Amino acid sequence: MTDTAQSAPKRPSALREFWYYFRENRGAVIGLYVFGFFLLVAALSPIIAPYDSTQQFRDHILQPPAWSEGGSWAFPLGTDPLGRDMLSRLIEGARYSFFVGVVVVTIASFGGIIIGLIAGFAPRWLDTIIMRIMDIVLAFPSLLLALVLVAILGPSLINAMVAIAIVLQPHYVRLTRAAVLSEKQKDYVTSARVAGAGRMRLMFKTVLPNCLAPIIVQAALSFSTAILDAAALGFLGMGAQPPTPEWGTMLAEAREFILRAWWVVTFPGVAILITVLAINLMGDGLRDALDPKLKRS
Amino acid sequence: MLKYLASRLLTFVPTFIGVTLISFAFIRVLPGDPIIVMAGERGMSEERYAELTTQYGFDRPMLAQFWDYLTGVLQGDLGTSFVTKKPVWDEFFTLFPATLELSLCAMIFAILIGLPAGVIAAVNRGKFFDRALMSTALVGYSMPIFWWALLLIIVFSGNLQWTPVSGRIGLQYYFPNATGFMIWDAIASGQSGALSSAVRHLILPTIVLGTIPLAVIARQTRSAMLEVLGEDYIRTARAKGMSPRRVNAIHALRNALIPVITVIGLSVGTLLAGAILTETIFSWPGIGKWMVDSIFRRDYPVVQGGLLLIAVMVMVVNLTVDVLYGIINPKIRKR
Repeated sequence: MTDTAQSAPKRPSALREFWYYFRENRGAVIGLYVFGFFLLVAALSPIIAPYDSTQQFRDHILQPPAWSEGGSWAFPLGTDPLGRDMLSRLIEGARYSFFVGVVVVTIASFGGIIIGLIAGFAPRWLDTIIMRIMDIVLAFPSLLLALVLVAILGPSLINAMVAIAIVLQPHYVRLTRAAVLSEKQKDYVTSARVAGAGRMRLMFKTVLPNCLAPIIVQAALSFSTAILDAAALGFLGMGAQPPTPEWGTMLAEAREFILRAWWVVTFPGVAILITVLAINLMGDGLRDALDPKLKRS
Repeated sequence: MLKYLASRLLTFVPTFIGVTLISFAFIRVLPGDPIIVMAGERGMSEERYAELTTQYGFDRPMLAQFWDYLTGVLQGDLGTSFVTKKPVWDEFFTLFPATLELSLCAMIFAILIGLPAGVIAAVNRGKFFDRALMSTALVGYSMPIFWWALLLIIVFSGNLQWTPVSGRIGLQYYFPNATGFMIWDAIASGQSGALSSAVRHLILPTIVLGTIPLAVIARQTRSAMLEVLGEDYIRTARAKGMSPRRVNAIHALRNALIPVITVIGLSVGTLLAGAILTETIFSWPGIGKWMVDSIFRRDYPVVQGGLLLIAVMVMVVNLTVDVLYGIINPKIRKR
């Protein structure tokens, strides 16, 4: 703070400027805290979970949560139809959800950015071919395509992640290409080219860093899409397989007990909702902070 | 305008061939031999196997198979289901009205609530109502709808006993499925109670399927309205002394509707993806449930044909939205 006061004309660092705008959006900050909390839970899950997520307490089948009648603090959120502790399973489930989000976003964004860069710099015919292929993928409803892909690859969490990444990829391609095309016309790119920058340098060092803002926002938003879709696939029996405590799979296992034991259905869904909501809040804040056109509007 | 239309149609053709190629490729890449799957647990003799392989053309070169498939598709022949032995085309269009009825109701629900909510939020920008509404919209947007469905079932079907858990109509009612639209058929049947039964079966699936479009429409309407409300002609209208309600409804909303309509059109894909989950949970006999069941039964021709028809439907709707957008907004055509 004193630093900036002394040398007033100095531009604040990019990170600080970002934080300044991000902080203005209260929802985004709350989202960030919640996201941080879940990250912590996921990281520390073996330490903080009271029991092993697959351990079955045969004497405590479908025990309600601690605060309702018949519950006990030994199982704060109750137990599932096999007598497993709900809290431990939810905590462990956080790991799977974050794993899914990170892997899917990494694969989809990495592939999408490269293909988008190529399309943006390629001759017209190649660009057209790439974009037509992306149109074809986008013509299928994403969940349906992922479902069929998983059916081909065999139902498992890994295959579900691959399928979701493939389905999400075209969005990155389109976004990157659009950003590249608008950046490419600017003077700084021309001057870099005149100065003798090679094609690789132009693509990755000159243009790409200036295209990142919308891509980062997209990454945040597709993180939540990935978690939702993976849970949906798990729910349909095409994602993580039991006894994996993935939240969607837990819901699928609990389906037949919905009218008898509300807690086995409610808690995994609340976990998904809160996580996705937190990420979407963060994504909105990121967009406001990173997109100069919307700044202070 | 004609040139614009032609250019849009021209991009449709390669995409259509590509979509056909993808759905064609799936059956050839799927693990397991489709003919062995067809034989089931009894197995089959070698001669029968060879006979069926020839019958389905699996022994011919890939390219020839694709050509046959493509020409078949263009004539409305998508093969026959392994399980029911009925043509995939017929099955699709018998079940489609159920999905269409549900999707239409969901869309109407989403528009009826989402549009006014967005307008009211924009007019009251920054006030409590706006913030409450937009927070709710974000929750709806983040909702895992398969869980939302289970919650609604617990409350409204389990505890309150207001709505049935699954299906399209009570078992005691029986009438011919003339149009496939249950509400229409129920009215036409003239049986007392049939209509109310059909409507009560529709309520929960409609809410579940409409939730995400509702959130999207509310958010989009609000931001479009905010943009329009900042324009000069709105200030002019206000300065002329027009009532705020008239300005909002006639001047602002009409122009704000353009992006909103686009969003509505483009959410057809989302709606169909949502229908997969909604129909599975509520045992709604539509396209979504049919696809999921077929995937589990490894009924390859159905998976392949259904995938193709759904993709083509999404493409046609998107194309229509594109063209309509071009008609409404001449600036788009010039690009």
